[in-house]
Amino acid sequence: MKTDLTIHTELAEKILTGFIRTELHRVGITKAVLGLSGGIDSALSLYLSARSLGPENVLAVRMPYKTSAPDTLADAQTMIDDLGVQSLTVEITDMVDPLIQRFEDMDKIRAGNIMARMRMIVLYDQSAAFKGLVVGTSNKTEILLGYSTIFGDSAAALQPIGDLYKTQVRQLSRALGVPDSVTAKAPSADLWQGQTDEGDLGFTYADVDQLLYLLVDQRYRPEDLVAEGYDPQFVEEVVQRIRRNHFKRVMPPIAKLSQRTVGYDFLYLRDWGT
Amino acid sequence: MKIKIALAQFNTKLGEVQANLATHLELIAEAKQQGADLLIFPELSLTGYVLQDLAVTTAIQPDQNDPVFNTLLDASRGIDLMVGFVHEDRRHRFYIASAYLAEGKIVHIHNKVYLPTYGMFDEGRFFAWGDSVRAFDTRFGRMGMLICEDFWHASLPYLLWLDGADILLFQSASPGRGLTADPRLSSSTWVEHTNRAYAGLFTVFVAHANRVGYEDGLNFWGGSTIFDPNGDLVVRAPDFETSLCVAEIDLNQFHRTRARLPLLRDERTNLVQSELERILGNHED
Repeated sequence: MKTDLTIHTELAEKILTGFIRTELHRVGITKAVLGLSGGIDSALSLYLSARSLGPENVLAVRMPYKTSAPDTLADAQTMIDDLGVQSLTVEITDMVDPLIQRFEDMDKIRAGNIMARMRMIVLYDQSAAFKGLVVGTSNKTEILLGYSTIFGDSAAALQPIGDLYKTQVRQLSRALGVPDSVTAKAPSADLWQGQTDEGDLGFTYADVDQLLYLLVDQRYRPEDLVAEGYDPQFVEEVVQRIRRNHFKRVMPPIAKLSQRTVGYDFLYLRDWGT
Repeated sequence: MKIKIALAQFNTKLGEVQANLATHLELIAEAKQQGADLLIFPELSLTGYVLQDLAVTTAIQPDQNDPVFNTLLDASRGIDLMVGFVHEDRRHRFYIASAYLAEGKIVHIHNKVYLPTYGMFDEGRFFAWGDSVRAFDTRFGRMGMLICEDFWHASLPYLLWLDGADILLFQSASPGRGLTADPRLSSSTWVEHTNRAYAGLFTVFVAHANRVGYEDGLNFWGGSTIFDPNGDLVVRAPDFETSLCVAEIDLNQFHRTRARLPLLRDERTNLVQSELERILGNHED
């Protein structure tokens, strides 16, 4: 079984910077807005956007909550300084705490979703103010596993790194000069203290990326992978996760009544007319 | 005899025929200035590729009465053109089509025979299937035109070869896919191998124009090429970059290659015919 996920980083950079530039320019927009957490996904998206559009046309928005890790915030500043992009810090604590505190039965998942959606509101407001489109930071692993907040961090105008697995995000980030402190640290949504992606998911990115590549890209059947020695429970869990979270990957279905309905028989690309 | 072939690769405006026509006219003027005899545009060069419901609103009934074709026919004086468009026939079927225009006349129209309808492709949902493939005569010799998926099936280049085509003109809007550790996408490598193989196996020139740019998340990789009858690369346009690539080909190469390698002379067409009839069930063993 071929499970080498190594990519040619110059080719990836060429395609992705061209994508960002073309898809913005064709609708008359020259600027981009990104949420910069200090993690690797937003770091890579920022480096690609800055190379694509020029740093002066990119606004990096830091949106810390009171529990956000300080070293991550410092990493974000290092990257802003390194690239020379425009930047803004909008702390979300005062915006989200009233809602979080409003309900006694609030749990950390709900609170995390509230934070992710508040960051979306801040970014879309800055999109209007800065006249730039929101560039998304979701990678293929999290899109497939549904490890995201719908209408929160998944909300964006473009998803440049959405077809790169997390291990490929790491490879491309290193090639583009993202600082070692960012590429080396344990990935975390940083929605509460001590949270890590791999802790939440229950498996490592290195393992799940190989499995996803075989299931999705190479179209292996789950039973074939079990026969090849993969843990049946791990395979089953990942297969179910992909299916259960599909609602996050599609537009909400419209109930069809007429002869022609958006999504079913009214079909145009977003680039229609541009 | 030597002729200059120009390969155009550019990003189309999706569904905006007038805007794309303006780009065609600019490229035609530039190709003329560079002394090109024939200019090849990519697949659906007048409309863009992922048309979906735009297929019917961008379609053209190609004749002198159509203002777009009339303009292109005017522009085809002094330089032959191969353009890509949506062809609406007299009974209002819609085809992905190529037109060869020369000296103000439509020389030939090819309707795409193979419509990929799998994976990311959905052409069969929106377009009618072409039902013929014919070589045609030009002032530079006999040629044949194919569109993208058409030349992923070996039968069509083979039929054009037997029908007398010595220059195969391919146009495509090929979405790039297959990022690996290699410096080119898998799709680029595959198409280039195939085109080189046709040139060598049929001892013909194969000229291929592939578009660049993006439509939503799809990238188009360009890399337009010409291969000669030895299967050697004459020219390759850059990957992903807008370009007009002009190269000279020497039609006397046919003499030299086919003197060395008489694959056309030795082709056993009667055997092909009898075996096809057997395989397709028209005859008993």
